This record gives sequence, C-alpha cells and structure tokens, in this order.
Amino acid sequence: MKIVVGTGSCGLAAGAGKVFDRLQEAVTAGHLQAKVEQTGCIGMCHLEPIVDLYETGKAGEKPKRLTKVTADQIEAFLTDPISLNDQLISEVDQEILAAQERIVMRNYGHIDPDEINDYIAKEGYQAIQKVLKEKTPLAVIDSIKKSGLRGRGGAGFPTWFKWKAALDNAADQKYIVCNADEGDPGAFMDRSVLEGDPHSLIEGMMIAGYAIGATEGIVYVRAEYPLAIERLQRAIDQAKEKGFLGSSIFGMEGYDFNMRIKAGAGAFVCGEETALIASLEGERGMPRLKPPFPAEKGFWGKPTNINNVETLANVPWIILNGAEAFGGFGTEKSKGTKVFALTGKIKKGGLVEIPMGMPLRDVIFDIGGGIVDDKPFKAVQLGGPSGGCIPTELLDTTIDYESINQTGAIVGSGGMVVMDESTCMVEMARFFLEFTCKESCGKCTYCRVGTKRMLEILTRITKGEGQASDLPLLEELSNKIREGSLCGLGQTAPNPVLTTLKYFRDEYEAHIHEGRCPAAQCTPLITFKIHGDQCVGCTLCKRVCPTGAISGQVKTAHVIDQAECVKCGACLTKCKFGAITKQ
Amino acid sequence: MNKQCNCSGKTIAGGFDVEPLNPILEAYNGSKGNLITILQKAQGIYGYLPKPVLQYIAEKTSVKPSKVYGVATFYTQFRLTPVGENLIMLCQGTACHVNGSARIERAIVEELGIEDGQTTPDNIFTFNNVACLGCCSLAPVMMIGDETYANLTPEKTKEILKNIREQANTIPASEPAVLENQEVSL
Repeated sequence: MKIVVGTGSCGLAAGAGKVFDRLQEAVTAGHLQAKVEQTGCIGMCHLEPIVDLYETGKAGEKPKRLTKVTADQIEAFLTDPISLNDQLISEVDQEILAAQERIVMRNYGHIDPDEINDYIAKEGYQAIQKVLKEKTPLAVIDSIKKSGLRGRGGAGFPTWFKWKAALDNAADQKYIVCNADEGDPGAFMDRSVLEGDPHSLIEGMMIAGYAIGATEGIVYVRAEYPLAIERLQRAIDQAKEKGFLGSSIFGMEGYDFNMRIKAGAGAFVCGEETALIASLEGERGMPRLKPPFPAEKGFWGKPTNINNVETLANVPWIILNGAEAFGGFGTEKSKGTKVFALTGKIKKGGLVEIPMGMPLRDVIFDIGGGIVDDKPFKAVQLGGPSGGCIPTELLDTTIDYESINQTGAIVGSGGMVVMDESTCMVEMARFFLEFTCKESCGKCTYCRVGTKRMLEILTRITKGEGQASDLPLLEELSNKIREGSLCGLGQTAPNPVLTTLKYFRDEYEAHIHEGRCPAAQCTPLITFKIHGDQCVGCTLCKRVCPTGAISGQVKTAHVIDQAECVKCGACLTKCKFGAITKQ
Repeated sequence: MNKQCNCSGKTIAGGFDVEPLNPILEAYNGSKGNLITILQKAQGIYGYLPKPVLQYIAEKTSVKPSKVYGVATFYTQFRLTPVGENLIMLCQGTACHVNGSARIERAIVEELGIEDGQTTPDNIFTFNNVACLGCCSLAPVMMIGDETYANLTPEKTKEILKNIREQANTIPASEPAVLENQEVSL
C-alpha cells in the first residue's frame, strides 16, 4: 500500500504535516505496512489535509482520496482502514477536478516534489532534450509564438516577443531570470509550482535559456516562502547531480546551464522587471526608466529575460505537446489555460486551472461551488492591488486578457477574491490603497504622495467624515497617479478605486451623504440593536459585552447603550435568538 | 565609532559578537551584489539587524553605511529592533481581509495589549501584520514561529495566545528562537 499526503503550504497549514508524521511513526513502529510519500498542492485547499490511498501502488492506479484528515484520526485508521470512509472525496468534487484542464498543474498530486525521478517518469526533462537535439533557438521561439503564450504574471505580454528581443541582443553573457516574487495578496499559484512541481520550472527555464542564449538562470523567490525555497533548492541539487544542470548538460558538449536561487526580502515593487534587477544586484528595489529594456541592458547590464513562474512552467508542455495543442485551449487572443486562486467568500476555495475564455460565473459557481452560506454574490476582485472589482451584472464576462481589461480589472497573476454583501467596497478600495501606499518605493512623486492622499480620503470616507468633493478628487488623483508614475505599481494603483467608483458609486455616496455603510462593515458607521420582541432575556449578550454597554434583567428585553458600545460585535455572535442586528 | 577588540578572542562590534558573521562576509567578499543575502544571514544570526552589525557589514564590504541602512530599511523582511520569543505574523492579504482579519487583529491587541510592530514587556510576543502568507483558502490565517493557524476566530486566537503564554511561563525560555533561517546556498 502507498499513502500520499498533500503537503503544500495550504495542506501544512491545515495540519497535513502532523498527519504525515503520524503515518511515518506508525510505519517505523511497525503498525503500518505502507510506503508513505508526500506530494505538493493538489489545488483543493478547502478539503485539506488530503490523503490518497493506493492499494497496489502500481502505475495508473486510481487512489482512494480522503479529505479533511486530522492527525487524531490516524490511530483509528490504523486499526480500521475503512473508518474514514465517510471522508472520501465527494463525486461533485471529483467532477470539479476532472473538469479542469491542467497544464501548469499537470503533475499536482501525482509526484513527490522532492523526487526528480517522479518528474522524469512524467515525461520530465524530455522537452529540453528534444529542444537541444532537434530545435534551433529560433525554432523554439517560433513554437512559443505559435502557441500564443502570454506572460502569466500580470500584463500578459507575448512571451515570444521578449525571448526574441533577448536573442537578438548579442552579448558574451545573458541571463534568464524567473520572477517568483509573488507579492500579490490573494494569489499563490507560483508558490504551488515551486512547492509542488519545481522541476517543471527548472526545465522551463532551461528551454528559455537555450532560446535566448543564456547560460545562467536565477530564480528570485519571495523570502516569505521558505518551503518553496527549500524544495526548489533540492530540485536544483538533484538536477545538478543528474548532469541536467552544469556544464555540458545531458552530456552534450557546448551546452552549459547553471541555476541559482536569490531570496527576495519582501517588496511588492520587485515584481516590476527593473526593480527586480536592482534587487538582484543588492540594491533597493526601485524601478528605472525603460528603454533600455532588460532584453538590452538587464542584470549587470547584460541582456536579461524575465518571466513569471507560471509562464515558464507552461513551456515544457508546449514543446512536448505542440503549439497547436496549447492554442487549442482559450480564445483567439488569449490562448491556453490559466491558474486562478479562488478565495474569499467562496465555498470551494483553492487553485483551479481553466481554459481561457470561460465565463466568470462558471468559475465562481460551478467550480467554486458558489458563495458561502448561499448569500448573494456581490463582486469578484481580480488582479490584486493592480486590478479591480467586477460586479454581478458583469458575471458573464469571459476570462481573457481583453475582456477583463474592458471591465477595468486585469487578469493579473490570477488572484480571484469573491465577495458577498458583507464586504464594503469603499473599505475594499481603502485596503488596496493602504497596500500600494505602503509598497510604493517612493521614487515617483505621484505614486508616493498621491497614493497617500487617496488613502487619507478613503479612510475618512469609511469613518463617515467624507465630503461631497471627495469623489471627483479621487478621480482626479487617480488619473494623475496613472500618468505620473514610472512603473506598473503606480500606473495601476488607482484601479481598485476607479472600478469601485464605476460599479459601486452608490456605496461611496451612502457613506458620504447618509453616513451609512450599506455592507455594515465600517465600524464608525454601524449600530448594533437588540430587538425587544425577539429578545428572551437570556443575558448572554450582557455577559460577553466588554464595556458593559448592555443592560436588562433576566427574561426581559435587553438594551444597548450606544454611547458605551464599542461595536465589537461580540453580542451579535453570541445571540442565539437572532434578536441582535447590525446596521 | 565602532570599537572592535579581540581581547576575549572574540570580535566585538558595539557589544555584538560578530565572529559568526566573518565567514559569511568572507564567502561573499569580492563578488558584487550580495548585500541583501549578507543582511539576511546576519538577521538569521541575531534575530534582527542591530546598528553596530550594520556598521560592521558596511566596513567589511566597503559599501557605504547609508546604503546598507537604505537597503535594510527598504525591505520588509529586515528588522532593526529585537523580537520577542514568539513572532506573530497576522496575514493581511485580500482573502484574509475579506474574511475578517481586522477582528483577529483586534483580538490580538486586546489579549496582548500591544499594537502592530510592538513586543510585550515580558518579551514573549512580538506582533506584526504581514502581507499575504499564501494560505488564502484557509483565511483568516496567522503564523506564530513556524506554525500556521487557520480559519481563525477572535475566541480561537485568544485561546492560542493564552496557551503559548502559559507554556512560556512554565518552561523558562532557554535561547531566543531563531526566527529567520532561510539557508540558501548560492
């Protein structure tokens, strides 16, 4: 028997590490006759920890998949292996998984990221060998061009174009850099590749390196991802040992490729190419003017090509299966598949890989299972701090670069945060501005000061101190920050404000003119009220109130003294009779 | 400004034993662009970046102290003040925000009496708000040391903090926890 535990970061956070340890202990103690292995992220975070049971462990066997397994259940499982049968994955969830088109996530759940042989068994490192033996660099770039692959990190720039520019710039040394500084809050697909299938990234980088003529690859990984760094480093070491990395790779004279990791130190702006290069060089990560583009003058002034993790993980698959197969997915201009991180008020949160062109509605309601507690859908935030909020009336928008851009949001790196009626859109905009304001590197005045001023305005609106002139002022500032900023961070920083102003202007107006927060989220604008007709006088709310603002005798209706109430909401969560409301 | 003496066989800079730093500085000596890596390793040793250590790094690498300080303050990973035995990192990513990380923050502030960036007087906790931890589907999330706590509620959060404090008070802390240990072989 073979037991495989999903130990991606989400799984570990849900307790998969303890499950894995408990199983290992049982094997060591002789209580369990099985091979216990690990695999990376499976994509279904809402079901973690996930444990796959293989009766025979032979190739092609379909595992019995158990969900939400806790370490405490292992003992019962050892004595009675079918005791966890009611935790078998449901048919619905299995279908959701089967309905996805997995290219980037092709090996998720099937390989142990720490085992290079697992990757090799899944056609791993065949694409790079094919390229070295059969294709010229130009032919590789041509395949990528035909496939229609566009950058998965944010802007969606055609990948082949960047490669070609780097190839055309002759130099004694060129670099291929992978941007794994996934700073977009709400997106974690790059981390899942690094943790779950690091070799696919290594192979993608080798192919890109061959195409542009680079012999050195650097992966710039976010320091907040220690597990990703650890697994990628192990993968690099294993590839070196096999002779896949180093001098004369695959025994082919004249082909050298080395790879190393550089841990970033936490700065969102380093997602911008020139800022990333500055950071690689040990400087503060501040962007510079383009041109010259990195393809001409990049790392240490040499031609450098920078691609995102997901982009590069697609490359081996495209080489092996053909540009046409990749282009068979998606729309005319947005080809292939894209991984999205589905989070927020969604029932089945996790990573999903879908063909481009699928309507938002299908992703949220079919794959994501809809909204938690079946509340009405309000908006979906796409593209993080550079993106925007898409409202209900645009739910049928298809997910491709052009259609999403039209709404004012961006596909970005693929963070998809779903919101219900309890999320205040003004507060949401304030949240993102707080982020960009903090992360602005300070080089451009409009970005540095402008985001600060916008944050102040949004903060006062959420406090109920907004003025009628605030909305035009926000719009004016937004346009100026867009025009007056050097890099993508500043140019896109106003997007969350502009989209919420466009689709949810009434919420802003309710805050300013009526002193009301329709979502009942902005603390200074809400009041808690006990409805006398529903209150049975159980005294529970009175006991949990931290400020003693609630008074009333047993079996008589209680009241809240608004002057004393700090709006913590403790009474609301404790009331069992629905007698307390928040407005 | 920096007094270095070798009287006890140790190299001391501003009261800090910089002996463990020397092999790191030597390893990167001569190759350019490694300031961030050196600072990361220094923080791995001291738990934070004391000013005398920054000064020492500047001297040894011939990088201007202003630049070392500039880099150390630019990136969020670097800390210029010491941290308590348990570093609480509360995720403030979008998904956590939507799922109520503000309530969790309030619970932490109430329970510990410290704000973002502060350390409790008994040195048991330091509280930091951080950008996304990448466990969005289990929001709201916080990390204390290496342990991740998912699907938090204010009550659960207070309970967790109480338990840690209780343990800390029964078992005397032997050594300050090593909080940053990203060994990246370059």
